[in-house]
Amino acid sequence: MNKLFLILFLFFVPNFAFANEGHSSNPLDTAALHPKEMKWNFDGFFGSVDRQSAQRGYQVYKEICSSCHTLNLVAYRSLTDIGFSEDEVKKIAAEYNVTDGPNDDGEMFERPALPSDKIVGPYTNEKAARAANGGAYPPDFSLIVKARHEGPSYIYSLITGYTDAPEGFHSVEGKYYNPYFEGRQIAMPAPITDDGQVEYKDGTFASKEQMAIDVVNFLQWAAEPETEARKKMGVRTMIFLLILFAILMAAKKAVWKNIK
Amino acid sequence: MSNHIQNDLPQSITEKSKLAKWVNDRLPIIATLEDTLLKHPYPKNLSYWWSFGSIAGIALVVQILTGLFLAMHYVPNTAMAFNSVEHIMRDVRYGWLIRYIHAVGASMFFVALFAHISRGLYYGSYKSPREILWWVGIIIFLLTMATAFMGYVLPWGQMSFWGATVITNLFSALPIVGKSIVAWLWGGYSVDNPTLNRFFVIHFLMPFLIVGVVLIHLVSLHTVGSNNPTGVEIKTKKDIIPFHPYFTIKDMVGFVAFFLVFGYFLFFYPNSLGHPDNYIPANPMVTPAHIVPEWYFLPFYAILRAVPDKLGGVLMMFGAIALLFALPFLDKSEVKSGAYRPIFKKVFCLFVINFAFLGWLGKSPAEGWYVWASRFSTLFYYSYFLVILPLLPKFEKTLPLPESIDADYKAKH
Repeated sequence: MNKLFLILFLFFVPNFAFANEGHSSNPLDTAALHPKEMKWNFDGFFGSVDRQSAQRGYQVYKEICSSCHTLNLVAYRSLTDIGFSEDEVKKIAAEYNVTDGPNDDGEMFERPALPSDKIVGPYTNEKAARAANGGAYPPDFSLIVKARHEGPSYIYSLITGYTDAPEGFHSVEGKYYNPYFEGRQIAMPAPITDDGQVEYKDGTFASKEQMAIDVVNFLQWAAEPETEARKKMGVRTMIFLLILFAILMAAKKAVWKNIK
Repeated sequence: MSNHIQNDLPQSITEKSKLAKWVNDRLPIIATLEDTLLKHPYPKNLSYWWSFGSIAGIALVVQILTGLFLAMHYVPNTAMAFNSVEHIMRDVRYGWLIRYIHAVGASMFFVALFAHISRGLYYGSYKSPREILWWVGIIIFLLTMATAFMGYVLPWGQMSFWGATVITNLFSALPIVGKSIVAWLWGGYSVDNPTLNRFFVIHFLMPFLIVGVVLIHLVSLHTVGSNNPTGVEIKTKKDIIPFHPYFTIKDMVGFVAFFLVFGYFLFFYPNSLGHPDNYIPANPMVTPAHIVPEWYFLPFYAILRAVPDKLGGVLMMFGAIALLFALPFLDKSEVKSGAYRPIFKKVFCLFVINFAFLGWLGKSPAEGWYVWASRFSTLFYYSYFLVILPLLPKFEKTLPLPESIDADYKAKH
C-alpha cells in the first residue's frame, strides 16, 4: 500500500500544474472557448516539425503577419533549420535593412541585414507598434506558442475562428468578435480571410486552414527550435534509464538477499 | 548513536594500505568514510520513503551545477534578462538542456522535499531525540523556498515580475516598519532593476548556505540515528546493517526512479509545470489576469488569500510553516510511527488530501465558493497540528509495537 502511495505521489504532486479549463455554451458569454482539439506533427514523444510546412509558414508570416508582428529573437541564419539553404538565407536577409553604427564619422547608418542579424520587424519598439495599432500591441511571435495555454491549437483556433458576433452580443467599437480570445473582442481583424491569400512557392493549395496550419508549424519551430533534438535525446535517455533501473533493481535484490 | 551499537569492521583499510594510512594520519577522511559508510548503524527495515533525503541532496547538486553554467550566460538587468535567457535557449550549446534541467529540477527538488517531509510527518521522525534534526530540516525547507522564489524572478517574465510584486508587497503589512522594509528590499519604489540584480546575487548565494545547513542536518542525523518504519529504536546488532553496500545500491535505485520522473517532464513536457505568462516579457503596465506562483507554493498561497486581512494572511501563511517547529511538542504520542496508530493514519491521509486541495485552491481565482473552501481548508490544516495531534494520544488505541526492528523485518520478509 505504501509503495503504491509512493509511486502515485511522485506522479501526482507535480500534475497540479495542469490547468482546468471550462467550457461555455452560452453564445453571449465573454469567456473564451477552449482551443480546438488538434493533432500536431510535433506532439508526443516522437514529434518532429514538418520542414515543408514550416517553410510555407515562414512565407505566410512574411507576407501577412510581418506587417504588424515582430520576430525579434529569431536570427535569419536559424532559417537553415527549416530547410532554407545558406544562399537563400543570405538573400532573404538582404531584403531588409538594419540600423548599425556608429561609423568612424560617429553616425548611425543603414545596411542590408546579414544572416547573423535578428529578423527585422515592422516596428522599432513597442510604443511605435501601439501607436500604429490604436494602442494595442501586436505581440512578438518568437515565443507566442509557449506564451499561450495550448499555444499551437490556440493560435490555429484563433486564426480560423473569426465569426460574426451572435445576436445581442455587446460589441466594442474597433474590435472584432473571436470566440477563442478571452473577452471575445480582439483588436486584430481576421488576418486570413480567403483561400489563396498567399501563393505557395511549392505549389501547395493555400486554403485558409492550410495557411493556419503552416504558420503554426513555423511558429512552433520559432519558439522551440530544439524540439526534435530534445525529444530524440529524451527517448534515448528514458530507454537508458529504464534499462538501468531494471539492472539496479536486480543488483539491489542480489545485494539484499542475505539480509534476514 | 545513543547506545553505541555499530556494525563490525574487521580491518580498516589504513591497516592494509600504506597510502591510506599516510593520508588518514594527516586528514582523517578515510576513518570518517569508514565510520559513516561501514560502521554507522542503519535500521535494516528502512523503506524507499527513506531514500528521499539523498534524492533531495542530488537535486540540490543538480541545481547548483546547472545554475552555475546558466549564470555564465545570464544577465541580471531588466533590459537584458529575458533576452539573455532566450540566448541561452537558442544560441548556447545545449543551453536549452541546462535551462530546462534547472527549471524542471526546481520542481523535482520540491517533489523530493514534500515526500521527505511527509515521511517525517507520518513516521514521527520529529519526535525525541530528533527534534533538532527536524528543526534544521525546516530551515532547509524555508531556505529552499526563498531560493526558488528569487530564482523564478530572474527570467523577468510577466509572472516573475508580478509574483515578485505580490510577495514583496506582503512585507508592507508589518506595522510601522513595513513600508520602509519593502522600499529597502526593492531598492526603489517598485520591483525594478535593483530588485532583479540583488535577487540574482541572493539566489546565487543561498544554495551554498543550504549546503552548509544540509551538512548540519547530516551531523545531527549521524548523532541521533535514522528513524525507521516501526518507530522502534535500534536495540541490538541484529537490527542494523551498514550503509554500504545496502543503502548505496538502494539509494541508486531511488535516484534512477527520480531521474525517470525528472526525464519525463524535462524532455517531453518541460513547460507543463510552469505558467505560459512567463514567456511574455515583464510589463509593469499590464497585470496578468491571474497571478499564480509555482505549484509548490500554491498551498501556502491559498492560506495567504484565505484571510481577508493583509497582515493576518501573511501571519497565517508563515505560521503554517512555523507550526512545523512546534510539532515535537504538539504530538505527545509515545508511539512514533503512523503504521501503529490507526486513527492517526486516517487523519494524516485527510491532512495530505487537504494539503493537495489547498494547492488546487491556490491556483483558482479568489472568488465565490473558492474563498470559503480555502478558509475551511486552512482551518483544517491548523487544527491538525493544534487540536487533533495534541488530543489524539489521549484516546487512541495504538497497535502493539514489534519487539524489535529485527522481529519486524523477519515478520515481513
